[in-house]
Amino acid sequence: MFRVVLAEDSVLLRAGLVELLTSGGHEVVAAVGDAEALVSAVDEHRPDVVVTDVRMPPGHHDEGLRAVMVLRRRYADLPVLVLSQYVATVYATQLLSGGGAGTGGLGYLLKDRVGEVSEFLDALARVAAGHTVIDPEVVRVLLVQQAQAETLGRLTSREQEVLALMAQGLNNQAIAQRLTITESSVVKHASNIFMKLDLDPTDGNRRVLAVLAHLRGSGPE
Amino acid sequence: MPERRIDDGGRPETPAQERTSVEDRAQVPERTAVEDWMPAEGHERRGVAVWDVLRDRPLHYLLSPWPLRCLAYVLSGAVLGYAVLLALTVLVLVGVTLSVFGVGLLILVATAALGVPVAIVERRRIRLVEPESMADPHSLLSGVGFKGWFRARLEERATWRELGYAVTLGVLGTASGAGVALLLGFSVFLAAAPLLVWAAAPDTVTLLPGDPVGSPAEALPASAAGLVGLVLAGYAAGWLAGAQAKVARLLLSPRDEGLSTRVIELTRSRARLIDAFEAERRRIERDLHDGAQQQLVALSMTLGLAEMQVREENARARELLARARGEARLALEQLRRLVRDIHPQVLTDHGLAAAVTEVALRNPIPVTVDIDLPHRLPAPVETTAYFTVTEALANAGKHSGASHITITGRVRDDRLHLAVTDDGRGGADPDSGAGLRGLADRVAILRGRLTVVSPLGGPTELRVEVPCSG
Repeated sequence: MFRVVLAEDSVLLRAGLVELLTSGGHEVVAAVGDAEALVSAVDEHRPDVVVTDVRMPPGHHDEGLRAVMVLRRRYADLPVLVLSQYVATVYATQLLSGGGAGTGGLGYLLKDRVGEVSEFLDALARVAAGHTVIDPEVVRVLLVQQAQAETLGRLTSREQEVLALMAQGLNNQAIAQRLTITESSVVKHASNIFMKLDLDPTDGNRRVLAVLAHLRGSGPE
Repeated sequence: MPERRIDDGGRPETPAQERTSVEDRAQVPERTAVEDWMPAEGHERRGVAVWDVLRDRPLHYLLSPWPLRCLAYVLSGAVLGYAVLLALTVLVLVGVTLSVFGVGLLILVATAALGVPVAIVERRRIRLVEPESMADPHSLLSGVGFKGWFRARLEERATWRELGYAVTLGVLGTASGAGVALLLGFSVFLAAAPLLVWAAAPDTVTLLPGDPVGSPAEALPASAAGLVGLVLAGYAAGWLAGAQAKVARLLLSPRDEGLSTRVIELTRSRARLIDAFEAERRRIERDLHDGAQQQLVALSMTLGLAEMQVREENARARELLARARGEARLALEQLRRLVRDIHPQVLTDHGLAAAVTEVALRNPIPVTVDIDLPHRLPAPVETTAYFTVTEALANAGKHSGASHITITGRVRDDRLHLAVTDDGRGGADPDSGAGLRGLADRVAILRGRLTVVSPLGGPTELRVEVPCSG
């Protein structure tokens, strides 16, 4: 059971998300409609996890993301799950590099995912536990592109599967479960991947960031 | 090799007259059927019609309808000029007298626009002696109201030239017309002298002082003088009509300065249209984001919750709910694609390089993006450049058979240089795509240039060059 602060400017979705989170056994301590209110609600309630929209009043740009940056500078260990109407790799990078300074979990998901109630609640739990969750859509776009560009040609198909799950933010244990292989073989695959792609074998956010950065074909911004 | 440039200055398939047609067709002067008394068609005639006839065929002139037309023109000009002179005098006198009250100033302002109706009459009246009526130099006004009309007209130089013409017509037109009328009247009188003498008999008629004429025969020299006078009046009317027509053409025709003002107006209104178009896209995007998209997310969430509530044994219901959720997800995906095509949020938030990178990642043909810009560009430049890239990518995907696309972007000399190159088979026709032509128009509005080079066998290169400072 987590204490959640929710920020979402659509009244309809806010009510829906409150219902969904409550049905998942969580307590929504505050549900607000803009980024400023989000920051002050977090200051007031010190929740276990924040769920926020990206595009909110007043400017309807990336106010939600900016608020997350502010919050993560203030509370480095605060887990945040960002929901967006559409995903773009640039936002994922912005979130991970800007919010990745902290140690708390980070999530970046398409809003559509809330329809998969149990998977959504599972993702929320992983973020609250300090893991990184990146929307499969972002990872898929990157992988398809890189596969065509033959950058990933050096990886075996199993290694590519592991890479895709790593990019989504799964830890070794979760990857082992997904692929029904042992955790030690995941570790072996991972180190092969890092060696072949010339990446730093780090862990957590930085690992996801490194993988994403590599897939985007540019360094972290 | 189909190498064509699409830009504002040199679109090969757009002849000049097509562009002028954008302006007002009603203002193109009407041309009468050429009558035989007019100078021959094809004869390069840039002067005054009646003067040309006087110079080229002075004897033929007398026997043609010309003298009558010229007399009609000059005499009607005198009548009109006199009326204008009267109106001007009265209006100015009343205006000055009442100027201590506000209304006098208003009358004076109204007087300034007196040339406008005079000019309307004059542009038609000139058809008596010229083959073409004149075009209206004024801009089109509609729905501006009485005050708006005055304000707009007084700002136009044409209005003041017309006032000048009205004064000229009032003074010189009236005077010369009166002179011709006198000459004409006296000549007719002299020419008819024998008739008068005959009619007045047995009284005598005195044509010259101290020399009474007794019989019609003795009046014949006067008659001859009268005929000479008539000929003179015909030529004088011709010369004066030509002079008046020339002055009218000089003062009442549209001038280049009016034309360039109109071009600026057109350019501005075109830019306003694009802005409005862009604002509309943003509005639609926002409406979709705030409306349909949220509704569909809420729907899929409700379906998800319902799915959890339905007990395990009701497998059929769960299946249906899952299907409904899948359909909602598809609808959301389509909507998302649509919204991205209308106006990409990444472009607004992160600029051209990020937005192009994003669209490149989703492109079915691999794309290498090399865009390095020192700063964010003005929104219209970013939007135009972005849609040029998406259009180029779409075209490459459809026609070229390319396996790789390169996009480069740099700012040099405060101009954005953007190039999209594919390794396809080339031979792309820049005119075939309505999308590309629309883009060329947008680029042209930003005073930029769009070129497509696509030799058979490839490669196809689309280049955009746009000034960065609005």
